[in-house]
Amino acid sequence: MNQGKIRVMVAKPGLDGHDRGAKIVARALRDAGIEVIYTGLHQTPEMIVNAAIQEDVDFVGLSVMSGAHRVLFQKVTELLNQRGANDILVFGGGIIPDEDIEFLEKLGVTGIFRPGTPTDEIVRFVREKAKTKMESLGAEL
Amino acid sequence: MTKLIDENALREIIEQKESWTSGELAKVLSRFPEMDKRFSTISDMEIKNLYTPEDIADLDYERDLGNPGQYPFTRGVQPTMYRGRYWTMRQFAGFGTPEDTNKRFHFLLDHGETGLSTAFDYPTLMGYDSDSERSHGEIGKCGVAIDSVRDMEVLFDGIPLDKVTTSMTINPPASILLAMYLVVAEKQGIPYNKLGGTSQNDILKEYIAQKSWIFPPRPSMRLITDMIEFCTEHVPKWNTISISGYHIREAGSTAVQELAFTLADGIGYVQACVDRGMDVDAFAGRLSYFFNAHSDFFEELAKYRAARRMWAKIMKERFGAKNPRSWMLRFHTQTAGCSLTAQQPYNNVVRTTIQAMAAVMGGTQSLHTNSLDETLSLPTESAVTIALRTQQIIAEESGITNTIDPLGGSYFVEAMTNRMEKEAFEYIHKIDEMGGIIPAIERGFPQKEIADAAYHYNQQTESLEKTVVGVNKYKMKEEGRIPILYIDEEAERRQVAALKKVKAERDQEKVAKHLETLRNVAGSGDNTFPHILNAVRDYVTEQEICDAFRQVFGEYQDPAYI
Repeated sequence: MNQGKIRVMVAKPGLDGHDRGAKIVARALRDAGIEVIYTGLHQTPEMIVNAAIQEDVDFVGLSVMSGAHRVLFQKVTELLNQRGANDILVFGGGIIPDEDIEFLEKLGVTGIFRPGTPTDEIVRFVREKAKTKMESLGAEL
Repeated sequence: MTKLIDENALREIIEQKESWTSGELAKVLSRFPEMDKRFSTISDMEIKNLYTPEDIADLDYERDLGNPGQYPFTRGVQPTMYRGRYWTMRQFAGFGTPEDTNKRFHFLLDHGETGLSTAFDYPTLMGYDSDSERSHGEIGKCGVAIDSVRDMEVLFDGIPLDKVTTSMTINPPASILLAMYLVVAEKQGIPYNKLGGTSQNDILKEYIAQKSWIFPPRPSMRLITDMIEFCTEHVPKWNTISISGYHIREAGSTAVQELAFTLADGIGYVQACVDRGMDVDAFAGRLSYFFNAHSDFFEELAKYRAARRMWAKIMKERFGAKNPRSWMLRFHTQTAGCSLTAQQPYNNVVRTTIQAMAAVMGGTQSLHTNSLDETLSLPTESAVTIALRTQQIIAEESGITNTIDPLGGSYFVEAMTNRMEKEAFEYIHKIDEMGGIIPAIERGFPQKEIADAAYHYNQQTESLEKTVVGVNKYKMKEEGRIPILYIDEEAERRQVAALKKVKAERDQEKVAKHLETLRNVAGSGDNTFPHILNAVRDYVTEQEICDAFRQVFGEYQDPAYI
C-alpha cells in the first residue's frame, strides 16, 4: 500500500469471456477511490500471479463464470504461496454453488461475492481487510 | 398512401386529449400524484403516461407495416406465422462428454423438442483440445467437449441429421465444427443438401460482447466468408451465420444498442461477401438473427418488429437485394439469462414466461427458454422440462398464437417500434461514419457503450431505481437450496482418455500433411473450408487446426476497457 492507497487487481482467469461483472466491480472500486488494475480476459493463473507481484497489489479479485473456479482459484492461491506472496489477499465472485464455498475458503480465499451482491459491500470488504492488514503490519514494526 | 389516421379525426383527438390532460387527469394528479417523476423501460427509455393516435400520426400501413410475409415484414416474415407452424422449440444443451450430451439430446427430442442446439465447453469455443494445459478445469463445464470428428460422431449417435435441424453455438472455430458435422452426415449417408441448421459463426459480436475470440478481426472475417462461399454452393439449407444480439444484451447493453450493433454486424457480413464478389441474393437468404428476450415486455416486442423493418430496408435499399427472401429477418430468441436471479430461483420461471411471450408476440422463428436453475449451473432435466413446457403452454394453451402480430396497431407498440428504429439507425449512421463495424470495434466504440450501459443499470439497481425482485426488494432471509447439475472432474478424465486414443490410432503422416496445407492456404487467398473438411475427416483435432491458423493469423488480445 504505497502512500496508503489500496491497490486491487481484478482478474479474469481461464477461458471464460463474461466480463460484465468484473468490469462493474472494477469501476465501483475505482469510483470509491481505490486503485484498480484490470487484467483483461483469458489470463492463466501464472499471468495473474506474475502481474499481481509486479504491480505490488494488496488484493487479487478473481471472477469466474464458467464453472472452472475450483481449479483456477486453487492454482492462483498455490502460486501466490509458492512465490511468497501470500500477503496478497484473494477474493472472488461468479457462478459459484454453495457446495464449493467451503473448498474455496480452505484455499484461503477471503471473500466470495455472488450475483446480486451490492458493489458497496465489496468496497467495504476491501477497505476493512486493508485496514486490518495495515494494523497487523504496524504491530510487526 | 395508406395512412391510418384521418387528419380531421386526428385534430379532434388531439383537442380531446388536451382537455383530458388539463381536466380529469390534472384533477386526479393533484390529489394522487404518480409513484415516480419519470417512468422508463429497463433500458431507461422514458415512457409517457398514454399513447394515442397522435403518436403514430404518420403511420402508413403499406409502407411501415405491410401484411405478414410482405415488405417490410413488420408484422412477420411468413403469411401464416404460428397458424401454419409453431416456432421451433430449441433448447440449448451440452455438458460433459459427447456421450453425456447425446443422452440429453435424446431426452429433449423424446419430450417434444423440435430442433437441437449445441452448447460447447470453453476449450472447444476457444480452439483448445481437452489435453491442453489451458483446458484443465473447464472441460465439459459450460457445454460439451469436442476435440475431433470422433466426438461429433458420438454426439449425434442415433440422431438422423436429415430429420432434425441443429444449431451450433460456436464462433472462431465455426468452420471446423461445421466440417465435422458434414463428415458425420457423410458417415450417415446423408447428402449435404439435406442438412438444415445454423452455425452461430458471428465473430463480430465476440469482440463486442461475448469475447470468445481467437484471431484478429480481419482474418476472422475471411474464415467466415470462406464458409459462406462453400455453403452457398454445397450446403444450401445451412444458415451460415446467426447474427447475434443476445450476447450484446447479456453484456449489459440497452435494447436499442442490441438492435443497432447487431444490425451493424449484419451489414459488416453482407459487405464482406459483396466485396468478395458474391451476389447478395445468393447468400443473404441464409443469414439469420438471434436476439435476447429481456423482461421489459413492450420494449422487446418493439425491438423485434423494428429489427424486421430495418433489415428489410437495409437489404433492399443499401445492398440492392432483389429476392424477397434476402429482405427477411428471421430470428431465434433466447430469454435473458442475465435477468435470472440466484435468489428465490423459482421466480425465474415467471420471468422466462413473460420474456418468451414477448418473443412469440414479436414473431420469433425459434426459441430457447432458460431454466430456473441456470444462474447456478447448467440445467437439470426437471428444470429444462419446465422451460420447454413454458413454450408449449404459450403455443397451445394461451391463445396468443391464434392471430398474427396481435399487438400490431397498438398506439404504444407502433410508437415504440418507430422509436427503436430511429434510435438504432442513429447508432448505425455513427458506425458508418467510423468506416463500418470493424473500425468501430477497433476503436472500442460498441464495447465502451455497452460497459457504460451495464454500469448505469447496475447503479440503478443499487439505488433501487430499478427493482430486481428477490434481490434488491422483497428479499428473504432463509432460502431453500434447489438441486443443481454438478459436472464432476470424471468427465475431464474420460474426455482426455478418448482424445489420446484418437491421436494414437490415426494416420500421423496424413495429419502432418493436412496441417502444412492449412498453414499454406491460410497464408494464400484460397478458400480454407474444403481443406478444413479434408483435415477433420482424417481426425485432425480442433486445436491442431486452430494452432495452424494461429501461426499465420496471430491472436487477438483483449483491449481490457473498464
